[in-house]
Amino acid sequence: MPETPLPDATAADPRGGAPATARPLLDVSGVTKSFGHGRRRLTALDGVDVTLRRGETLGLVGESGCGKSTLARVVLGLERPDSGTVRFDGTDPFALKGKELLAWRRRVQMVFQDPFASLNARMSAADLIGEPWRTHRDIVPTARDRERRVRELLSLVGLRESDAYRYPNEFSGGQRQRIGIARALALGPDLIVCDEPVSALDLSVQAQVLNVLSELRERLGVSYVFISHDLSVVRYISDRVTVMYLGKVIEHGRTEDVFDRPLHPYTAALMSAAPALDVSGASNGEEIRLRGEIPSPFDIPSGCRFRTRCWKSEERCAEHAPPAVTRDGTADTGQEPHQGLCHFPLGAGTTEAGVRPRVG
Amino acid sequence: MKPSQLSAPPATGRPALEVEGLCVDLHTPSGTVRAVDGVGFSVRRGHTLALLGESGCGKSMTALSVVGLLDPMAEVTDGSVRVSGTDVLTLGRAGRRKLAGPVLSIVFQDALAALNPVQPVGRQLAEPFRIHRGLSRRRAEEEAVELMRRVGIPEPRLRARSYPHQFSGGMRQRLLIAMAVALDPDVLIADEPTTALDVTVQAQIMRLLRDLQTERNMALVLITHDLAVVAQRADDVVVMYGGNVVETGPVAEVFARPRHPYTKGLLDSVPEHAVRGRPLPAVPGSPPELSAIPSGCVFQARCPMAREVCVRERPRQVSVGAGRTAACHFSEELDHA
Repeated sequence: MPETPLPDATAADPRGGAPATARPLLDVSGVTKSFGHGRRRLTALDGVDVTLRRGETLGLVGESGCGKSTLARVVLGLERPDSGTVRFDGTDPFALKGKELLAWRRRVQMVFQDPFASLNARMSAADLIGEPWRTHRDIVPTARDRERRVRELLSLVGLRESDAYRYPNEFSGGQRQRIGIARALALGPDLIVCDEPVSALDLSVQAQVLNVLSELRERLGVSYVFISHDLSVVRYISDRVTVMYLGKVIEHGRTEDVFDRPLHPYTAALMSAAPALDVSGASNGEEIRLRGEIPSPFDIPSGCRFRTRCWKSEERCAEHAPPAVTRDGTADTGQEPHQGLCHFPLGAGTTEAGVRPRVG
Repeated sequence: MKPSQLSAPPATGRPALEVEGLCVDLHTPSGTVRAVDGVGFSVRRGHTLALLGESGCGKSMTALSVVGLLDPMAEVTDGSVRVSGTDVLTLGRAGRRKLAGPVLSIVFQDALAALNPVQPVGRQLAEPFRIHRGLSRRRAEEEAVELMRRVGIPEPRLRARSYPHQFSGGMRQRLLIAMAVALDPDVLIADEPTTALDVTVQAQIMRLLRDLQTERNMALVLITHDLAVVAQRADDVVVMYGGNVVETGPVAEVFARPRHPYTKGLLDSVPEHAVRGRPLPAVPGSPPELSAIPSGCVFQARCPMAREVCVRERPRQVSVGAGRTAACHFSEELDHA
């Protein structure tokens, strides 16, 4: 790909090859965002920290109202945080203006949940995929190049060249989602935020789209923030997982650490609640039953916000905000530390976190 | 009418719900298409059967035919549906209405659309008791409060005066379930009852359904596209594809050793046991449009085993073991795979 702006996989040093000290692609620190005013004030994000290295996938897990979509909007530069900082490859997108901002927007793109609602029905696949170039004129200037790039993008996501002049209603859900992915790739982004990208698809088609996403990561070195409520999908696609509850990151770590030895009772409950495919009857261990439902984000419980549903909660949980704890042995290996926000973390061997915890 | 007069004797008797050779045609502006093609299954009281399939496979259409709520565009053209021994397809509206509640009930996916937005929920929940049991408004509303308590709605007496929009999604689903089980039906159909809910709430709702089923000895038909829900909650499964039944049998056996390539493809494509970084074994293509169902095997276009005979001839559902059927010309090959 000669003059194309797609990031070069070899230079990007994808998938964990980067030293832990390298500057992260995305560094969100202490971000708080609330909506409304007076007593009807809703805190969507409350001191959220998230980092993502180049070429990696961060899974964002949580139930409705946990703030994961607001976080996605902050990452995309669509929602300015009330406080805290966002650094994308070292720059603060909210400090940019004009041409600089336009140039930055190219680097972060999005794939939406519903491929039936997110594509303009009156535009052909080629128009949809090429639309971003009408705003970013310097990327693919000539008409001939444009056609060639559309063909390249179509084949990247596994569609045929002849699909270029078909319209959304002529495609199945899975094919439409491929168009959405090709469109996100058109500007050669470093990061793609995927908000529930396979939830609206039939099961037999979900796997196809997940494969397309994995393949693009291998070939182009693109990074993903992958939002999903489906834990098996998150486990498959993510290198690291961040679990959110009512606007806070309550657990973070490498995918294996979080799934195999969750620290936070909520994470454990979430995994226990997701039915397993196992028919042997062994199931996924002890079934954890949570009390009640997610409290209103207008009225967040004192101390630990999960305490109203937690089976381990004691007086302390209502009185004091929970400390950030780290699973012993995960911080000093140069790998991602496995951290949680809890007075009574699950499993043995945790220490209160040091200088800048990744949770909270 | 007392429900027991209509219901079959438990355990040893005939199944609470028997569907045979059900065909449903859809009359669309661009012609008539077959949405359900010869579907059959049966469920006993106390048992759970899952109708599993992707969008457009005909599973919801099958359920709506059973409860008699098909869109006017759709028409049952063949087959029979017996609920506790009564052939419901030949019943008129009045006969249907007598069954709705005490014998047969359905829980819909979208609870907000299924509840009346301008009536307090207590009043709505009282309706079955007033209509079928002739209770006074006050007595019926007391029963409704009791029912709300049973399905886990906190402060039921107070909440009975609230309107549907004042409840969370999970609570609305509980209300709908309460209404469906109010008159102790023999057969309860649940059409994607947890699809729109959060994971932890999903688990609560599935648990509630299971507890009510055991407590009231109902036959439960679970309509879903979620393999894991089937694995965890159903005894038997009917796998549908393009309006046809492709495989049936006890869940444990079907999921452990699928005998139809579609079932196998579905199970393989689930990321649960996949290794990160390795491609998922995806089924190529997408489910067929109803207007383009091929004359041979419905799955031929996406099947890795498809041969010439599959194009020519629709495979019949044949027995492939105790209580199991599959509609595939080459299901034996899967057995040895």
